[in-house]
Amino acid sequence: MSIMEKTLTTKKATREAFGDEIVKLGKENKDIYVIDVDIAKSCKTSNFIKQLPEQHINVGIAEQNAAGLAAGLATTGKIPFVSTYAVFGSLRMAEQIRQEVCYPNLNVKIACSHGGLTPANDGGSHQAIEDMGVLRSFPNMTVIMGADYYSTRKLVEQAAKTYGPVYLRFTRDTIPIIYDENEEFTIGKAKQLKDGNDIAIIANGDTVHLALQAAKQLENEGISVKLLDMHTIKPLDRDAVVECINIGKIITVEDHTILNGLGSAVCEVVAEEGKGIVRRIGVQDQFGQSAPYEKLLELNGITVENIIATAKEIL
Amino acid sequence: MAKMKNISIEELKERAVEMRKTAITMIHKAQSGHPGGSLSAADLMTALYFKEMNIDPSNPTWEDRDRFVLSKGHVCPIQYSALALLGYVPYETIYTLREYGSPFQGHPDMKKCPGIDISTGSLGQGLSCGVGMAIAGKRDKKDYRVFSLVGDGECQEGQIWEAAQTAVKYQLDNLVVFVDNNRLQIDGFCDEIMPVLDLEKKFEAFGFETKRIDGHSMEAIVETLDEIRELKNGKPKCIVLDTVKGKGVSYMEDIAEWHGIAPNDEEFNQAMEEIAGGLK
Repeated sequence: MSIMEKTLTTKKATREAFGDEIVKLGKENKDIYVIDVDIAKSCKTSNFIKQLPEQHINVGIAEQNAAGLAAGLATTGKIPFVSTYAVFGSLRMAEQIRQEVCYPNLNVKIACSHGGLTPANDGGSHQAIEDMGVLRSFPNMTVIMGADYYSTRKLVEQAAKTYGPVYLRFTRDTIPIIYDENEEFTIGKAKQLKDGNDIAIIANGDTVHLALQAAKQLENEGISVKLLDMHTIKPLDRDAVVECINIGKIITVEDHTILNGLGSAVCEVVAEEGKGIVRRIGVQDQFGQSAPYEKLLELNGITVENIIATAKEIL
Repeated sequence: MAKMKNISIEELKERAVEMRKTAITMIHKAQSGHPGGSLSAADLMTALYFKEMNIDPSNPTWEDRDRFVLSKGHVCPIQYSALALLGYVPYETIYTLREYGSPFQGHPDMKKCPGIDISTGSLGQGLSCGVGMAIAGKRDKKDYRVFSLVGDGECQEGQIWEAAQTAVKYQLDNLVVFVDNNRLQIDGFCDEIMPVLDLEKKFEAFGFETKRIDGHSMEAIVETLDEIRELKNGKPKCIVLDTVKGKGVSYMEDIAEWHGIAPNDEEFNQAMEEIAGGLK
């Protein structure tokens, strides 16, 4: 069955994907370590702790220390995954990641749950809307967000097997499973879900299934859509973006501020190529607040309806 | 089993003179760098590199080597002096400090300089890296030790204490923290900028095995390193070294301004004479 025909009724959280995959990887490779900062349960590393205690470190509520400690471990050949919430993993630890991980280009993975607006009822303080933008500006850093459970598992596996700093973003809530279990993913290579020639939609993470639904409806109305899952924000798949530029009209969709994330990254390529237009759908340069996730998405226009309306506006 | 080199106190003192001269020469040539802290740390660094540490300059990435983390990365000229004198890089490299492409970057860069175990330069962060290395050593059942030098002013950073509590939790008796207690930071005396109080007591309260010594007495440094070498009591160690910023150069001693400026030609010549004379 093609992705376009799927009903997307089975749901699972991407943080679960990390929790499941890291146990498998840790058993295969004794150099894989997990560093927790007192939120192992919600970051889904509890099974890792139970099954692989010798490869686990919990530093308590001390994120900055966790990043430096991971760097020290990496110098001895370990492959540490620092596991925390995205808002702390990207901002509280930002300078430590820059100085001790990215500058010396060490093999440290920053694996963060609760990305984007998904810590919805926790309020604006816990919603990570700038994380990918901050970390994509550090040299040597790779920035990844899977669109469902299976793609996230594959991307975690790839990150573990690829040398260098990687930021992996997961989310709290269950989201529809888009891909088959055996689908392959390559870091830095966009996944084309559908080809088309009227308009291109480039989405990532939890918004891919929204873009997928929008694409289906647009197709039903006779509008041909090219749809990309841009799971790697950095290095961005420039060739895939250039193919979209050839269509001329691009919509980006992300659960992240429209500043410096996927939308900005695509705009950079479009501006450098000197043609095409982009409309960015994402968090509209504002903080969130405590509210249901769907309400927060709606307040920022991150909806199937807005993707369709935006497509029609620029066609 | 830790191995150290057989070298007398007198020889170490001679090495300390070479270390100081080399560091000041580098900074003078570059007309940039941090002489004050380089000189306050010089005696400890000499004892570590020429006697205590189990290292092999011909194999800088030897996996069983002792590790050194210069958390106060700005005093790298004194570490670079050791690396140049021990042959990690040709001695002439000292004349390239802070130049484009040099192994001797303004702050330690492990990707550019053999013998640097971790890049540092942002204060408060190095000790965490040392803790990571020491945990790896324990888990891998290796005998290597990890030595880290922090500044007293640097202990104003909260991350130092995050790292310290982790070292105690994981019983890292293979970790030794040295505090270069020279009492000065960029803007003046620590006691005026932000008092760090009694760092020996603070580290002791965190659960460290601690000691406080004269950081310019080679006898005291060597004796202390001898005492703690085989001490496997589950506690990380902290040695507070009472030092003088700019030690060995009269016009620099205890003057905050010499934190990060280079001597001119006249000052350089005077410094070299005084350092050589200090041996007598």
